[in-house]
Order: sequence, then structure tokens, then C-alpha cells
Amino acid sequence: MSDSRRREPEAPIAERVRALEDALEAKGLVPEGFLEKRVEQAQENFDPRNGARVVARAWLDPAYRARLLADGAAASAELGFRAANSEFLVVLENTDSVHNVIVCTQCSCTAWSVIGLPPDWYKSPAYRARLVREPRALLRGMGLDLPEEVAIRVWDTSGETRFMVLPQRPAGTEGWSEERLAGIVTREALIGVARVAAS
Amino acid sequence: MDGIHDLGGMSGFGPVEIERNEPMFHEPWEARAFALNTLGIRLIGAYNVHEYRHAVERIDPAGYLAAPYYERWFTAVATLLVEKGVVTRAELEARAGGGFPLARPAADVRPIRVTPSAQPRFAKGDAVRVRDIHPAGHTRVPRYVRGRRGVVVRASRAFEFPDLAGHALPAHLEHTYHVEFDARELWSDAAERGGTVIVDLWESYLEAGR
Repeated sequence: MSDSRRREPEAPIAERVRALEDALEAKGLVPEGFLEKRVEQAQENFDPRNGARVVARAWLDPAYRARLLADGAAASAELGFRAANSEFLVVLENTDSVHNVIVCTQCSCTAWSVIGLPPDWYKSPAYRARLVREPRALLRGMGLDLPEEVAIRVWDTSGETRFMVLPQRPAGTEGWSEERLAGIVTREALIGVARVAAS
Repeated sequence: MDGIHDLGGMSGFGPVEIERNEPMFHEPWEARAFALNTLGIRLIGAYNVHEYRHAVERIDPAGYLAAPYYERWFTAVATLLVEKGVVTRAELEARAGGGFPLARPAADVRPIRVTPSAQPRFAKGDAVRVRDIHPAGHTRVPRYVRGRRGVVVRASRAFEFPDLAGHALPAHLEHTYHVEFDARELWSDAAERGGTVIVDLWESYLEAGR
């Protein structure tokens, strides 16, 4: 299956995907509705709003926060977010002195059940190449300027453990409901390239 | 393999732009490609997730960097379904009406007999050194930590050894460790101040440090 011999021009990607689907269908290998259902299921379950709810609960409930930091998968499952590819979920707590941020340098592994499918910037060669080497400069370029005294811990998802950042609760959110708090937690904050802002 | 996918630490890339309100899929074919992988792994059972990752790694390096994420994803799925004999490249080309790029063949990796340690060999706080290994096939030890010294911050769980599972070979469960490296150990004088990198590594990638 080498690509070494000269071939005719590549078919457009949409045509190639359709061709594989048709070929599998012709062999009776695609049950009716299977692909549609899988996409729907992904859209329903792999959603950063899940992680946002986990974070909001942890901000409000110290006992839940302790359970979350001890066993991320079990604590997320308490809220109904069961791990898909994140059987072992480690939650990383940001503090005044330590900022955690996640990457997958070799592919784009992410905790789908709480962060969702990874966004394009997370999958980009630039992010994967630069974060482990120049996190402070890269984050600054992405709009997160961390003070020099804050240590940056970069977590490379090179194994089967999945990670999620527990961001710091912003000032000015005292008395907010869990729902309102969840509404300000972004996917970027769950990965660690942004802070949560009270607006 | 020391492939293009192993990007950690490379220079020359530009800024990273965040797309506001990014949709899960940008094009309908991306969603279909996503679901076809589930079909290949779970329903047809033609391959496992480690083989999938390795098929992405085997994509021609220039094509790897040029292709959008789900195109790499799809090329890996198509490659594996052709290699496993589920479909042929000729029939895909005929149906697509043009060339159908696939990943390059895998290296010939042989089964190895491993007696995994029942108890983790390392514990939290242990100094370790990453072995300077260069496997020809699939591996999950990034180049930028090979030969480097770090400290175990978590003795994690045991998972299937990817270097074997990535070639459909019988894979044992092996302990994994979260190992923290000082930025200066990795990047020397080029390191930023006050930083560490934690990498998730299988036990056989490591030896006792110091």
C-alpha cells in the first residue's frame, strides 16, 4: 500500500469519505442509522458544558471538590458525565501559585466526557509543538498573561490518563447559583489556556 | 517511530488562534469520518484504538502537516480497513473517482514476551530517567523526554502496552507514571523560568534515576 508510485490526482476529501461509506454499505457493514446515531451521541455527550458544571459544583461544595480531586471520573459520573475515553480522569487544581495547562503532543487526546471533542486550536501542530517548550510565551499570545511568580505545569496526555483543569473561581461571583457559575466556565479554561472571567 | 506526529518542542510554528463558538464539526464529511472510526473499531472490530493512532502516525509527513485533523483521522481509518482486507484501495479509488492516499506501511514489529511487574516498580517521589529508545513502530514516549531525568508525581494505573497493541500484538497491562520534568532539564538554556512538564509514561520506558 505504498504511496511511492505516481497516482492520479487525489479525489476531494468529501468524495473519499463518501466512497468508503458506500463501499462498506455495499458489503452490508453499515447498519441503518449507525453513523447518524454516533454523531448525535457525540453531540449530546461530548460537551464542555459538562466540565463547566463539574467545576461550578466544586466551587460551591468543598466535599465534592475533594472527591473530584481524589477521583475525577467518579466525581464527574456523580453528575451523570460518564467517561468515554477518560476512564481515569485526573483533575488539576489551579491556585494563586500554580497554573496547570493540558496538551497532547503526539495526537490530540482529551477527556471527551467533560471537555468535549478537542477544538481545532488544541489539535494544531503549533499548540502541540510549542506548549511544552514555551508555555508562558504561547499562553501570552493566546491572551493569558501569567505573572512570573506563577509556576506553569504543562501536562502532556501521552498515556491513557485524561486531564481536566479546575480553574480558579473569579472574584465578583459571590452568591452566584451553580447554573450561573457553570455559564462562565469555558472549554479554554478547562484546558488551561484561559482564566474564568466574571461576566 | 520518530515520526512527524511527535511534535513536542519543535520550533517554527506560528501563533495559535482560538475560533470563537467553534462547531464540533466544520463540514458534514468530518462528522461522517468521526463516526466511521467508531464503526471500524467497535462494530466491524477490524482494529483497535492503538492501531488507529499508529495509522495516523504513518501518514506521509508532508501530508500529515497539511491535512486538517479529520482528514488525518479518515486516512487512518481507510488505511486500516484496506490493510485488514475489509475494502480494497482499487474499489475506493473507483468509487471516489480519483487518487485515494493512504498511510505508509507499519514497521515489522515482533511480539515480545514481557513479564510485567505485579507491583509498580516506582513510587511517588522516585527519581527516574526515561530510556533513550527509538522503537521502529508505535510508541507513546515522546522524543523530547528521552534520556531526561524527572520525578514520579503519581504512580498511575496499569494500561495495555501501546507499543504492542499498536501492531495488533498481544499486549500486557503495564503500570504507568506521571513523571514531572523541570523545564531546564528538557530545554536547557532555552527554558522559560519556573516551569515543569508532566508526561504520562509506561513503566518499561523508565529506569531508576540518578
